[in-house]
Amino acid sequence: MEGIRSNKPGPRPLPTLPPDPLSLDIDELERAFREVLSASKTTFLEPEKLAGYVRDFGADKTIVSTLPELGGTLDLVTIDDPLQLAGVDLTILHARLGVAENGAMWLSETEMVHRVLPFITQHLVLIVDRATLVPTMHAAYRRIDICETGFGVFVAGPSKTADIEQSLVIGAHGPRSLIVCLR
Amino acid sequence: MTTHAQRAATFLEDGPRTDWHDKSLWHVRSKRDGSIAGIPEWEALRQLGSDIKDNVLSNLDTYLEEFEQRATANGVIVHWAKDAEEHNRIVHGILARHRVDRIVKSKSMLTEECHLNQYLEEQGVEVIDTDLGERIIQMRNEPPSHIVMPAIHLKKEEIGQLFHEQLGTDEGASDPQYLTEAARQHLRAKFLAAKAGITGVNFAVAETGGIVVCTNEGNADMGVHLAPVQIHCMGIEKVIPRAEHLGVFTRLLGRSATGQPITIYTSHHHKPKPGGEMHVVIVDNGRTEQLGREDFRNSLKCIRCGACMNTCPIYRRSGGHSYDHTIPGPIGSILSPGLDLKKHGDLAFASTLCGSCSDVCPVKIDIHAQLYKWRQVVSEEGHLAKSKTIPLLGAGAVLSRGGLYNFMGKAARTALNIVPRAVVYNRFNPWGESRELPEVPKESFKEWYARTQTPEA
Ligand code: SF4
Repeated sequence: MEGIRSNKPGPRPLPTLPPDPLSLDIDELERAFREVLSASKTTFLEPEKLAGYVRDFGADKTIVSTLPELGGTLDLVTIDDPLQLAGVDLTILHARLGVAENGAMWLSETEMVHRVLPFITQHLVLIVDRATLVPTMHAAYRRIDICETGFGVFVAGPSKTADIEQSLVIGAHGPRSLIVCLR
Repeated sequence: MTTHAQRAATFLEDGPRTDWHDKSLWHVRSKRDGSIAGIPEWEALRQLGSDIKDNVLSNLDTYLEEFEQRATANGVIVHWAKDAEEHNRIVHGILARHRVDRIVKSKSMLTEECHLNQYLEEQGVEVIDTDLGERIIQMRNEPPSHIVMPAIHLKKEEIGQLFHEQLGTDEGASDPQYLTEAARQHLRAKFLAAKAGITGVNFAVAETGGIVVCTNEGNADMGVHLAPVQIHCMGIEKVIPRAEHLGVFTRLLGRSATGQPITIYTSHHHKPKPGGEMHVVIVDNGRTEQLGREDFRNSLKCIRCGACMNTCPIYRRSGGHSYDHTIPGPIGSILSPGLDLKKHGDLAFASTLCGSCSDVCPVKIDIHAQLYKWRQVVSEEGHLAKSKTIPLLGAGAVLSRGGLYNFMGKAARTALNIVPRAVVYNRFNPWGESRELPEVPKESFKEWYARTQTPEA
């Protein structure tokens, strides 16, 4: 610390960040949000089709849902070790908000319950309310409290890699697919 | 000891591979151009990033103290390491206390810099790198050749052969989808068996005492959320003042690195998981010394996006390994001479001083100006004498090969013309003035000259 104090440069001011735009058209936000998420291989599902999707997903599959109206096959209350989630096939969670410029969606531990859940599940469905869409990351960080819970994450697509000759492959370690239900 | 120019010459022996490497990186650079074209206030954003980082350097001590205090209050155990050796000892100490003999680790240039893997393996700990690119080079016993794309120098056939030998994939199979699936299965077993997870750190927030990790694969999260012990290793320069500044840096990082509007996962860790333990190891390892060098302290503003490598005509045609340093490319060439002038001084000459690195840097580091200053230091200290002509060959050799210089200009002119106009973001621009891309001349000066000045036959 002493070394840093004697070696650091003279004072430099901390800049103030520009304000959010005043009025925003929610349809514009939605259009951008859909556009950018589709480009990162995310698909959209109409809310009324969700129940059918889950029903058709497969009777032998392990499904976790935090939606009261949509029961899963695994009750999260019974889980006390994250390793018990290793066999989860499909997970359905709420996201707190969505960011139009890049498709990022915020989940805190309140939404995901177990930190590893949105990563370890083979497929992920996120429910986003249209009214929560914000234009940029600046607006998003003003809206959330990053230390409200011990862990929080922005998710902006299914897990991916391009480490082999720059070829895009979906499903690196995390979900092989991401479906967003905008309602 | 070999010089950069000699190592580059070895890389250049395989002409087609050099061209392929060059094109792959230029492709990433073009994606970056395309994605920032959608952000009319890009330049203002870079300025903000740069100003915030300047403020960080001038208050580094107080921000670090604030971070430690908040993190500790959150239940995080904070450690300080003055150098690589102390860092490695601290990490091993944590593992030994928990009797951990197998760990998973996500990408961290700092642990590369400290040679943590080697140290832990000597102590009998199995270390598995989980980023796909890192795992590939770990299997090959090689260092990464790029900070964002560690295996960018390898062809899929080579990776296919490697996986065939080590993971039992079909002989001759080289489809990236197939190989990635094999790695997924292999690594999932490792995630489930690991007793501790280690990650690097992209940003540490002083105000909240938390750290942020950005990945596309989700490997960092699989590691730390499954294992009871999580360890995050960071250099002292990673701290930023407030949560709101993440808005600036997350917007700059993904776009500069790969042209993505944001990485797939931006994870914010503040407290240990229930029943778990969370450690943050803060490492100096020469950074305070660099902070004291007025001409070079700006290099500490780096957010490790890799854009300066992707754009560099020398890096693209000499490969990351030719730099013989953990961080290659232009930024590596201004960081490494500060660590060992004798060994790395010649890297200051691994540049054409074209300034492309400084142009793309999201935090406006004057990289090429620093390279020039290092050259002066090198010659003043007398390290130049016997090697003066050899390192300069590096640039000379590249520039004399196959009209690369001409090609580069042409590619830039084409790229600017094909990038999509501000498709997504334009509509939300609250920052007044939008910036139009410069009008691109259809002809270069050289082409114009050739057309108009062709001598009469
Ligand atoms: S020096 Fe700038 S361009 Fe290069 S890796 Fe660092 S932040 Fe990116």
